[in-house]
Formats: sequence, C-alpha cells, structure tokens
Amino acid sequence: MADIVATPKSHAQGDHHDVDYLHDGSLMSWMTTVDHKKLGVMYLWSILFMFFLGGVFALLVRLELIAPGRTIMDAEQYNKAFTLHGAIMVFLFIIPSIPAALGNFALPLMLGAKDVAFPRLNLASFWIYVTGALIATTAMFTGGVDTGWTFYTPYSTTTDGPVALMTFAAFVLGFSSILTGVNFIATVHKLRAPGMGWFKMPLFVWGIYSTAIIQVLATPVLAITLLLLIMERAFGVGVFDPKLGGDPVLFQHFFWFYSHPAVYIMILPGMAIISEVVPTMSQKVFFGYKATAFSSVAIAIVSFVVWGHHMFTSGQSQLAGAIFSFLTFLVGIPSAIKVFNWITTMYKGSVSLAAPMLYALMFLILFGIGGLTGIFLGTLSVDIHLHDTYFVVAHFHYVMMGSTVIAFLAGLHYWWPKMFGRMYNEGAARIGAILVFVGFNTTFLPQFLLGSRGMPRRYYNYLPEFQFLHQVSTVGSWILGLGFLIMAGYLFASLRKPFDAPSNPWHARTLDWQTSSPPITHNFHETPVLKQGPYDFFKPFEPSVEGYHE
Amino acid sequence: MNWFREWMMPVAASEHAIKVDDLYMFIFWLMLAFFILICYLTVVFALKYRRKKEGVLTVNFSHNLALELAWSIIPLILVIGIFFWGFNDYVSAFVAPNDAIEIHVTGSKWKWAFEYPDGTRSIKKLHVPINKPVRLIMTSEDVLHAFFIPSLRIKTDVIPGRYVDMSFTATVPGRHQVFCAEYCGKDHSDMMAEVYVDTPEQYDIFLKEGPEELRTMPLVELGKFTYDEAGCKSCHSLDGTEGEGPSFKGLWGRSEKLRDGSSVTVDENYIRESILNPSAKVVAGYEPVMPTFQGLLRERQITGMIEYLKTLK
Repeated sequence: MADIVATPKSHAQGDHHDVDYLHDGSLMSWMTTVDHKKLGVMYLWSILFMFFLGGVFALLVRLELIAPGRTIMDAEQYNKAFTLHGAIMVFLFIIPSIPAALGNFALPLMLGAKDVAFPRLNLASFWIYVTGALIATTAMFTGGVDTGWTFYTPYSTTTDGPVALMTFAAFVLGFSSILTGVNFIATVHKLRAPGMGWFKMPLFVWGIYSTAIIQVLATPVLAITLLLLIMERAFGVGVFDPKLGGDPVLFQHFFWFYSHPAVYIMILPGMAIISEVVPTMSQKVFFGYKATAFSSVAIAIVSFVVWGHHMFTSGQSQLAGAIFSFLTFLVGIPSAIKVFNWITTMYKGSVSLAAPMLYALMFLILFGIGGLTGIFLGTLSVDIHLHDTYFVVAHFHYVMMGSTVIAFLAGLHYWWPKMFGRMYNEGAARIGAILVFVGFNTTFLPQFLLGSRGMPRRYYNYLPEFQFLHQVSTVGSWILGLGFLIMAGYLFASLRKPFDAPSNPWHARTLDWQTSSPPITHNFHETPVLKQGPYDFFKPFEPSVEGYHE
Repeated sequence: MNWFREWMMPVAASEHAIKVDDLYMFIFWLMLAFFILICYLTVVFALKYRRKKEGVLTVNFSHNLALELAWSIIPLILVIGIFFWGFNDYVSAFVAPNDAIEIHVTGSKWKWAFEYPDGTRSIKKLHVPINKPVRLIMTSEDVLHAFFIPSLRIKTDVIPGRYVDMSFTATVPGRHQVFCAEYCGKDHSDMMAEVYVDTPEQYDIFLKEGPEELRTMPLVELGKFTYDEAGCKSCHSLDGTEGEGPSFKGLWGRSEKLRDGSSVTVDENYIRESILNPSAKVVAGYEPVMPTFQGLLRERQITGMIEYLKTLK
C-alpha cells in the first residue's frame, strides 16, 4: 500500500486540551447542534439512507425489466417504483448530497472558519430537510405517486394518489436547499481566513459557491411551479390543464427552468470534489486554476438559459429549439476545459492511486462518456430521434451517477478520515471501487444502444427484440449493488476502530487538513493565516495554522 | 461500416432518417476519438507519474496559454459545426411540401387513431403511400403522448387542446413500429401502433376496403376482432353482465322491448341499423349513448359482427 501516506497521528493539539467534535455523543447534542461538522455528518447519514432507499427502487425496476411483461410487479406498481426512484434520488439524495453533507463538513474548515456564517440557520435547513423527507415518505406509504419525478401536467393533475403531498415535499425540500445556499454564499464572502483572497480559495469552495448561487436563484421557481400544481389539483385553478384553460407545456418551461440548473446543482459540486482530489492525490499544482474557477461560474450562469433542450419535441417553436441547442453546446465548453485541466494536473505529478483517486479517475472516464453523449442530445435532428429513449436515461445516469455519485464517493473516501478519525480498509475499498465501475458500465452502456435502437423510457413492457440488452443491464445492476454492499461493509467496520487516522493522510495543502482528525469542536486552536496557496505542491509545506505540524 | 450503423439504429426508412444517421455516426466517431484521448491521457498519466517516493516536490506547471486556448477553441468550432448540421436537418424535416397527404392522428389513453383525407379511419395501424410526403396533424384527448416512429427518426409530443404536426416521406415499404414516447400512465408501454408503408396500389385498396385483415379473415373471427378493436367490449359484455349497453350473450333472435314501447327482433337488419344509426332503436332501460360507427367499420366488418353475434348463444 505504498500509495497511502501513513504519517503518525497528528500532534496538532500541542498543549491544548480541546476535545474533538465527536466527543459529546449524546442524542441531544446531535439533534440541537449548530456545529457544521455534526450537521454535515447528520446530513451524510440521512442522504446515505435515502440513497439506499432509492437504490432499492432502482434494483426493483431493473429486476422487473429482466423480461417483457410482468415479472415481479404490475404496470401501476412499476410506474410508482420508477417515480419514487427518481424523486428520492433527485430531491432527497443528489441535490443535498455533496453541498449539504460534504460541503457542510469541509467548507468552513477549508476557509479556516469556526463554522458557517449562520449556524442556527444551518440547523434549521437540516430539520426542514428532515420534514420534507418525512412528508415524501408519508406520500410513499399512502398510495405512492406514479407521475415520474418530473410531475408533467396534465397527467400529474389528473392522476390518483398523493401527488399534492409529494410535490409539497419537494416544495419543503427546496427551502432547505435555498437556506443552505444562502448560508454558504455568506460564509464564502465573510469567513475566509486572513490572507485567503478569492483566487487562493480551494476549488471545492468555488464549486460549492457557484452551486449555492444556482440554489438560491433557481429553487424559488420550482417552489412556485409546484405550488401552482398543487393549486390546480386541489382547487381546480386552471394553469396547466387545457380542460381548465391552462397550458400543459407551460409547466415544462417552469419545471425545466429550475430542473436544468438543478442538473448543475448536482454536477458542479461533483466537479468541485474532483478539483480537490486530483491535485492533492497527484501532489501537483492545479493546472488552469482560474480557468476552472471561472468555468464553474460560467456553467452556473449559462445553465439558466438552456432549459429548452429538454423540450425539442414538445411543440416549442423551431427558433426556440435552435437557440436552446446552440446555448447547450456552449455550456459544454467549460466542462471540456475542466476535464483537460484535471488530466493535465496529473502530468509530472506524484500520483497516488488510493481510493479517493481511484474514484476521481473513474469520474474522468464516466464524465467523459456522460459529457460526450450529451453532444448527440444537444444536436437538434439527432435529439428528435433519441429524446425520451433509453439513450437519454443512459446519458443522465452517466452524468448523475457516473459523475456526481462517483465524485461524491471520491469525496467521501477523501474526507472520511477527517470526519470520523479512522482509516477504512484500502484493499476492500479498491475491490468495491472496481465492482462499482464494472457494474455501473454493465448497467448503463447497453442502454445507449437500447435508446438509439428506439426503446422508449418509462416502459413497463417492451418488444422481445430489446430483451437481451435489458438483461445485461439488470445483471449490471446486481454487480453495482454488490459494490455498494462491500463499501457499506468496510466503512461501517472502520467506525468500530479507535481513532487511527493521521491528521493529513493525503498530504493536502488546504486548511481542512491542518487540524486533528477528527477536528476539534472549534476547528482550529488559532485562527489560520494563509501562508501558501491550496495547491502549492512545488514548494515545501508551510502550515497556516500556528503550532500545526505533520 | 454499414453493418455497424445498422447494428446501432433501426432501419432508416426515409431520406431524413439517412441524414440523421449520417450525423449520428459523424458525432459517434468524433466523440469516440475524444473519449479515447481522455482515457489514454488519464491512464497514461496515472501510471507514468504514479507515486514512487513520498514527500517529493513537483513542478510548477500551472498554466499554458497556447494549450488552454487550443482545447477551448477546437471543441468550440467542432460543436458549432455540429450545431449547424443538426439545425439544418431539423428544419428541413419540419417543412412539409404543399401536396402532402394530411392524416389526423388522435392519441388517447392508450391507443392511436388515424383519420385519412377521404374519411377512412383506422386504429393502431397507419397506412401511408411510399415516396409521398405525409403530414400528420396530431392532438390528444387526455394527457401528453408522443408519436415516435424510430425507423423515420421522428417524434413529436401530442398535446391536448392544440394541434402539432410532423411530416415525412417514407421510402422503405412494409411495417414500421410506432411507440408512445411520452409517459402517459398505466398502459403507456402498450400504446404502440404500426406504420404500413404501402405501394400506391396497396394504399388505394386500403382506402377502399380497409386494412388487409378485414379483407381476408373468416367472418366470425373478423366479428370477434372488430368487437375487441372497435371498442364494443367496453359497453357490451359477452357473459351476460350488464353494461352501458345490452350484453351480447344470447342476444341474437331475441325480441327486445324499445324505449318508445315498441319491440323489435334482433336480426341482421336490426344489428346493422344499431351499428350505423344506434339511436334509432334503443332498447328500454338504456340511454342512447352509443356513437355511430358509420365510416369507422367496413361493410365486411358489419357482416362479421352479425355472424359473430349468431355464435354467442
């Protein structure tokens, strides 16, 4: 295991006797904490539970599709299963995953701050998230919803089931997202350590900052849209249903005005983690720091004007289609720049292949596929054929899961020693990573072919000619599931050990590592004063926290 | 590489489909080249610069203007080229020639219905003449659907309360699959249809006599087929269960009391009249809610229905 840097346990505490943040483990101390680290950990367990739940629905959907016709459930149950898979994964898992869990934990540490700008607001967003999750769970257990996670009208305003409750859950969850965004923006502006100018910030901070801007600006539009939907269902106010004088396509404009930027709420934090893991694990200065920082902001801005590319077949005007197609291609360029920057960062580095880097390398390949297949879908004439087929399903799973979730796993393995003070079993982590990689590709690569051959998405039943590829995909989902099972195993196992993680196992230069593992309650003994940039691996390490040494 | 193209896509049944495939394959090879580049550099850098010794300092290689401009501008030029290519094919596909045959398409949960310029109607089976431009004028009766013909590479959402159109000129004769591509509830995945690209002679016969099975099926079988396809079964049961209309079980030859007090014997002419002009003689105890099937059923289907009813003792 030459790739793992095993430095002895930190002596960062020096003569101080502050306790680590995990020391007070009483239930009340967790439930009422305003410590960003504890809130990050609580978010982490919540979203991991939601990931598990959404994953179970995914496996059920894949199992049903192993053969045409009924396998384990009927059409109505299937429609509910894929709706819940999508809604849980999007609203309860991916959107809060990196910002709320890892961001909450790492952002203030990286800035050299004691906490976020508004710690009580942070606690409020957590409990709003929990409330939203409980409302969503209630909707699931009182009949379930069969609208798809997109709630397209007029189907969603006319179908049976607790649709209003489910959309209300998404409405509530939106507030959690907005408040977290506001908090992070204020934190980045006001709580940077002395000496940390904007271009001395770690790129993770740039990514989370860009994400927070989208969260604050776009989420209210979703809230309004869902409220209108609830009004139409509950009081017959005609907004979207043509029978009531409404316009069903209007809903799609509203919905995607939020949900396309939301795609970047999901991917930007993933890119942010990769921008952290790649230079640190390569011990190499980041190539194109400013280009990457500005790319994040550019993506955040352009993401607001590409929503119509979800609607090329919706009957919107051809001119609108052309404009959206053009802008969609433009948003691809900053993403391409980032990929080349990450790869070039490894050049002449000292690359460790420990678990976080394995996931980062997987990200480069899977995001490559996810991004490049987006070119097919941005192209008007080709998208008309591929729209609403499995090609789209495969594409967004490569971006959402192959990129965001894989980046989340890179971040989880990267910060795990800092969060819990323990190292996980590296050998098991590598086996898990390989299974996840193989399982993921086996599941989703065949779906591109299914789609280009014409297999529509959200199909319970299908023609026999598609069966072989569906079977390959289902088998892939089992391999993927096994990979996650192994991961759960070694991560939980690590928590049973005493603290054994060094304070800076990856030899990082950012401030989050210049404190003990796990960090003390107030993060740092002394306020850090930035002595060197986040990726200055070309010169010897100079701690920014007085008294800290490795 | 034709086999590869055919492996990736269904048969290309129009000029437009071939153009879409040309662009698809162009993008495919270009993206594959980029993907191989990404994989190659990722793997080579990860292995070549793999950590051999701890605690080494690395070079300060943090930017290179020429390199950064190259990988910004080259992809930009390529995607702008792809944009115009795709835009061009998209727009030309949407312009229907003036002499296009206009066929109305109605989507409803969960079937497709077609109406031709001469008033001929069909369900689930769309007949179009080969090499003639066709314009589909489409609407939905309930929720969103999407009319998707993979082998023509076209699809359009079908929306309640408005018309959308879609044009094509099919060049490959025979049967082509149609899917509903916009999620519409329980039987979304069974909301399929077929496009039959006919020779001019076949198309004329279709307009005159209806789809082929109506011409060749034995009468009783045709009656059963019509009973299922035309929607009789939603109101008239076969087992004596009461519905919106009288059950067909044991109906033949019976004397029925009508709403106006008179009575009628169920014979060939009564059945024929009830199909074509259902409100003329409504059986007592039922509402005159049945729609006419004038123009919807062929002569032979009506005969088939009569023969089928005779078998339902």
